[in-house]
Amino acid sequence: MQDLQQRIVIIGATSSIAEHCARLWVAGRGVALTLVGRDAARLERVAADLRVRGPGAAVTVRSADFSDPRSIRALADAVVREGMPTQVLIAHGSLPDQQQCQRDLEAASEALDVNGVSPVLFAEAFAGHMEAVGGTITIIGSVAGDRGRRSNYVYGAAKGLVTRYAQGLQHRLAGSGSRLKVVLVKPGPTATPMTAHLPQRGLAPVESVARLIVDGSRAGKPVVYAPGKWALIMMVIRHLPAVVFNKMNI
Amino acid sequence: MVKVSSWGRLASGEHELVALSDRGRVARQIARRGADAVTGLAQGNARSYGDVCLNPGGRLWRTAAMDRFIAFDAASGRLRCEAGVLLRDIQRMSLAHGWLLPVTPGTQMITVGGAIANDVHGKNHHVLGAFGDHVLHLRLARTDGAVIDCAPGDPWFAATVGGMGLTGVIVEAELQLRRVAGPWLVTDTVPYRNLDEFFALADASEAGWEHTVSWIDCLSGIGRGLFFRANPAAIPDLQAQAGRRANSVPFVPPVSLVNGLSLRPFNETYFRLNALKAGHAIAHFEQYTYPLDNLHHWNRMYGPRGFYQYQSVVPRAGGQAAVGAMLEAIKASGQGSFLAVLKTFGARESVGMMSFPRPGVTLALDFPNRGAPTLRLFERLDAIVRAAGGRIYAAKDARMPRDLFESGYPRLAEFLQYRDPGISSSMSRRLIGS
Repeated sequence: MQDLQQRIVIIGATSSIAEHCARLWVAGRGVALTLVGRDAARLERVAADLRVRGPGAAVTVRSADFSDPRSIRALADAVVREGMPTQVLIAHGSLPDQQQCQRDLEAASEALDVNGVSPVLFAEAFAGHMEAVGGTITIIGSVAGDRGRRSNYVYGAAKGLVTRYAQGLQHRLAGSGSRLKVVLVKPGPTATPMTAHLPQRGLAPVESVARLIVDGSRAGKPVVYAPGKWALIMMVIRHLPAVVFNKMNI
Repeated sequence: MVKVSSWGRLASGEHELVALSDRGRVARQIARRGADAVTGLAQGNARSYGDVCLNPGGRLWRTAAMDRFIAFDAASGRLRCEAGVLLRDIQRMSLAHGWLLPVTPGTQMITVGGAIANDVHGKNHHVLGAFGDHVLHLRLARTDGAVIDCAPGDPWFAATVGGMGLTGVIVEAELQLRRVAGPWLVTDTVPYRNLDEFFALADASEAGWEHTVSWIDCLSGIGRGLFFRANPAAIPDLQAQAGRRANSVPFVPPVSLVNGLSLRPFNETYFRLNALKAGHAIAHFEQYTYPLDNLHHWNRMYGPRGFYQYQSVVPRAGGQAAVGAMLEAIKASGQGSFLAVLKTFGARESVGMMSFPRPGVTLALDFPNRGAPTLRLFERLDAIVRAAGGRIYAAKDARMPRDLFESGYPRLAEFLQYRDPGISSSMSRRLIGS
């Protein structure tokens, strides 16, 4: 039965969206989950919860430095040595304050790193291992990556990097005959602790966003907007001429 | 600042929202620094009807993301979890191991912290008491940075169970779940024609039936209704109906859908249809116990002005006369709703200093907010409750007068020693003065 087991690795497992994906996964049969994060104590709490929710799942935790390419490489190598993942979810990030990023280059640099560079390096590290055997790598981008807007363009630029990277990796794999799939998820505004200080109207419930990610990953869709209405909204926003777009306060 | 309203949708105030998601950081997150005069209040799933979960002008510490299980022992039924876990999530997890919560109210879409802070009760009060009777341990964070662990017997525990969130932020709890054979209940429905028959049924049912509750036709004026009673059943063969389709009230209608035109024919039809179906049946506990949980946003049907719930308990001696007088006042006013519940509580005293349940009979009704006429009706009901030596349920209240609160809750002075000065709510300002 070992070959039927799903081995799932979640990078940024303490993020609310990731945690809710994990809850859906542990409800399945024979799942082995590896939770990767920066804070060991918080990871342990998430793991304890998942063990109660899915007593049949095997849940392990690992902490890593998300800003160091060598640490990212070592983490991917170590995880793969324990067993090749069938699914990797790359879910970390943080919503920076745009105004602060404009004043403070260190804050801007950190925002670009944690939301753009780090997810790309994790994906690259796992893609190298998984290209030969197949599986799925799901990367969480954002609708903010579809067009730069004054309200959050530093965050949007980082997520735009993730978007271009995912497209490129999909292109590379498409020509190689590999059975590795790359899924780019673009959540709209979601009700998580990151957005808890904002008016809750219009925020998607985190449970339904997680459901779309888990289902989209299983289906191997190249792009998943969550909720789906954002595909239409962002298509309009992307195609607005600059003379119109630049007059909008969004 | 963000507008937030509670389940009754009566009024919304501006709040500063703060998410609690890491239970290890709560004490630091809520700590008052220096001359910070802004008060806070923990809010779970905001299903309280009135203002017990609101703190306009201040902070709301939202516990929705603090929703992790900590440990569950499937042999003993002991569960440790964070305060933001929904009762629904506990039951869906524990049922697979043969356990359920011993006591729940008519919705499972509330958090553990909210269930403790309001010491909620259910249809089985006469057998199993209130929610707080099954709490083994609590962890409370205070705005002075202290973290207090307490258990039954400890005054901090007695102050916090039913303490309306005013003693600190409940961070986590340990609960004793209850063994069940499965999700099924054997149910029985008995129509009654007046209050004499209701009380006879209640007395006769308490020994043999675990869940007892009744729907009462608040406009009939004679106290007719339907008595529902149920017991857990060991029925292994039925498949649980998974994935019931949920409906939703999609928008707020411009006027209340609960009005004089709709209510009388609804009550008439409801009574007659159920009288025809009287007798025994088998029901899934989720459908039987939480009939409205599958109708999302049902609070919207009362229109843009929202609604009140008025729930009182009066001692059993004189209880029948008091309930009769309240029903007459309601009929004379032409107000009320089809969500009208009459039930007897058991003899057990609650563990919390400020818990609502006490021995006696409880009547609960929703009233669309029609402004002054609705408030005038409440004054008449208050007078009946006051004269009968009863009390009003704070978790559902938005307007009771201070003297009725003070006479209804005789342990108030004792409770106030345990208040957290950094915590305040609309309700505490209205009823306690700060």
